[in-house]
Amino acid sequence: MPLDDRSIYLRKLVVRGLAGGGRGHLGPAMSLIEILRVLYDDVLRFQPQNPSWKNRDRCILSKGHGCLGLYAILADQGYFPLETMDTFCQRDSILGGHPEAGKIPGVEASTGSLGHGMSIGIGMALAARMEKRDSRVFVIVGDGEINEGSVWEAALSAGKHCLDNFTVLVDCNKVQASGPTREIQDLEPLLDKWRSFGFAVTEVDGHDINALRSALVSLPLAARKPSAVICHTTKGKGIPFAENNPEWHHKAKIGPEEISSMIIALDNYHA
Amino acid sequence: MRKACLDAVHLLAKRDPRVVFIGSDLGPAVMEGMKKEFPERYFMEGISEANVIGMAAGLAMDGFIPYVNTIATFITRRGFEQVALDLCLHHLPVRLIGNGGGVVYAPLGPTHLAVDDFALMRVLPNMTVMAVSDADEMRRLMELSLDWPGPIYIRLAKGGDKIISKEGNGFAIGKAITMRKAATADSVLFATTGIMTTNTLSAAEAMAEKGIESTVLHFHTIKPLDVAALLAHVAGTRAIVTVEEHSRTGGFGSAIVEALTDNLTAFPPVKRLGLQDDFSKHYGTQNDLFEVNGLMPCQIAETTERFLNQL
Repeated sequence: MPLDDRSIYLRKLVVRGLAGGGRGHLGPAMSLIEILRVLYDDVLRFQPQNPSWKNRDRCILSKGHGCLGLYAILADQGYFPLETMDTFCQRDSILGGHPEAGKIPGVEASTGSLGHGMSIGIGMALAARMEKRDSRVFVIVGDGEINEGSVWEAALSAGKHCLDNFTVLVDCNKVQASGPTREIQDLEPLLDKWRSFGFAVTEVDGHDINALRSALVSLPLAARKPSAVICHTTKGKGIPFAENNPEWHHKAKIGPEEISSMIIALDNYHA
Repeated sequence: MRKACLDAVHLLAKRDPRVVFIGSDLGPAVMEGMKKEFPERYFMEGISEANVIGMAAGLAMDGFIPYVNTIATFITRRGFEQVALDLCLHHLPVRLIGNGGGVVYAPLGPTHLAVDDFALMRVLPNMTVMAVSDADEMRRLMELSLDWPGPIYIRLAKGGDKIISKEGNGFAIGKAITMRKAATADSVLFATTGIMTTNTLSAAEAMAEKGIESTVLHFHTIKPLDVAALLAHVAGTRAIVTVEEHSRTGGFGSAIVEALTDNLTAFPPVKRLGLQDDFSKHYGTQNDLFEVNGLMPCQIAETTERFLNQL
């Protein structure tokens, strides 16, 4: 799947953050870009100048280690200046290696320890229902993350409460820190799992803007059911030497030469 | 105490639409009144503490005040990371009500004994840790719980516990209460929490009959600890004895000693009474386990007298 100008631009913002911190989770951020882009460009209702607007839709990045992708789209949408990306992981930055609510405008919940976002999102979805708000809740989880038992406790709960204002998006990049998900903890049949927990389920190419848009603008997938959108993605998408490469799940001591290689790779990907 | 606590949640729910109740498979008929009156704010969830606490966090992020109730060990041990990150890191007004504090569930064995809950909860930034002495004091706490900032862990005792608290003593979260004042100087200062205040008052009375005077300072709030009250009572004290229904490691007595060492260069000798640093080897009743651990009133008195004789 080719990447258009906007997808390349957002990835360059991720690289800008990596350069600022000299470290970061590259692969998990790059697989997320189109999911976040479509959510923030076409689906979510929000006001960057009023991040706590009551009627906004909530988006929780439960796989908090993919935060560079979230920071890129939040900066792009005007939640904070683009220059903030340069401060990633620095002592007094608002942008840490995992996202923190209260520090970063637009971040709904502090995440990083995996398996927390869905339950928090369920609470928010119940709050919206009780207050008769039409706010929707979107939680992005990783396919490695859903090894966590708490994810499935939450899935049972979302199904029980018939939360059709709740959507989980699985960034299914098929590689976790130690290697392929099918070797570390096989998740298949993944669609059936979500379905059996009470979700209406669909799957899309998670780098295909049109496919993502088409799936996400028609939510919920079914009345009185939470939705699960399985987004098939490529870990490290856009940087060939990092694609599907667990070595680039997280890296420290990233130097200027590697940063240059990433920019060149993205320019070539574009071409 | 549990009934007083849960009845208070229902009353608070009548007054304030932000109040919601979340239980984790608590059994039949728990909070039936609230379920009938406010079904939309009553949640009986499955056996899924991680999800329950995270869900409470999400509700609190959007302005609700969830009161979560289940067995204390399941909140503090199973749900520890959710309590730490979802509640404390976000500084959310979620109230965790832990059934069976201390050794209430003596016959059920070590899986159900909340003997490390103070330690686990008080180590968390932003957490408030409460262990009141009786049902009346619980009602006073619940009244103030509504608008207290940040999460609160509320330890429940067995129920039917002797009423020793007095309305005239007042009640404020974070403020210790002097339950008994020594008639003379050079006395013992008992620092107590939860229902150990009851046992200690009995011990103090028995000691007084032998001419040993003591003050009993009741800390219904373990965190934030009322350091000022502690320090105010240290002068003229011959010895300090802490009494808690909790492991001697990391709990209330440890908090008292931390406060003393952080604030004073010298202080009277301290004896910490509590549960052994071990998983319980016995069943029986709560009192049986008190006896095994030297926490019955007569044992508290004897140990204190022996300690004084060593000084």
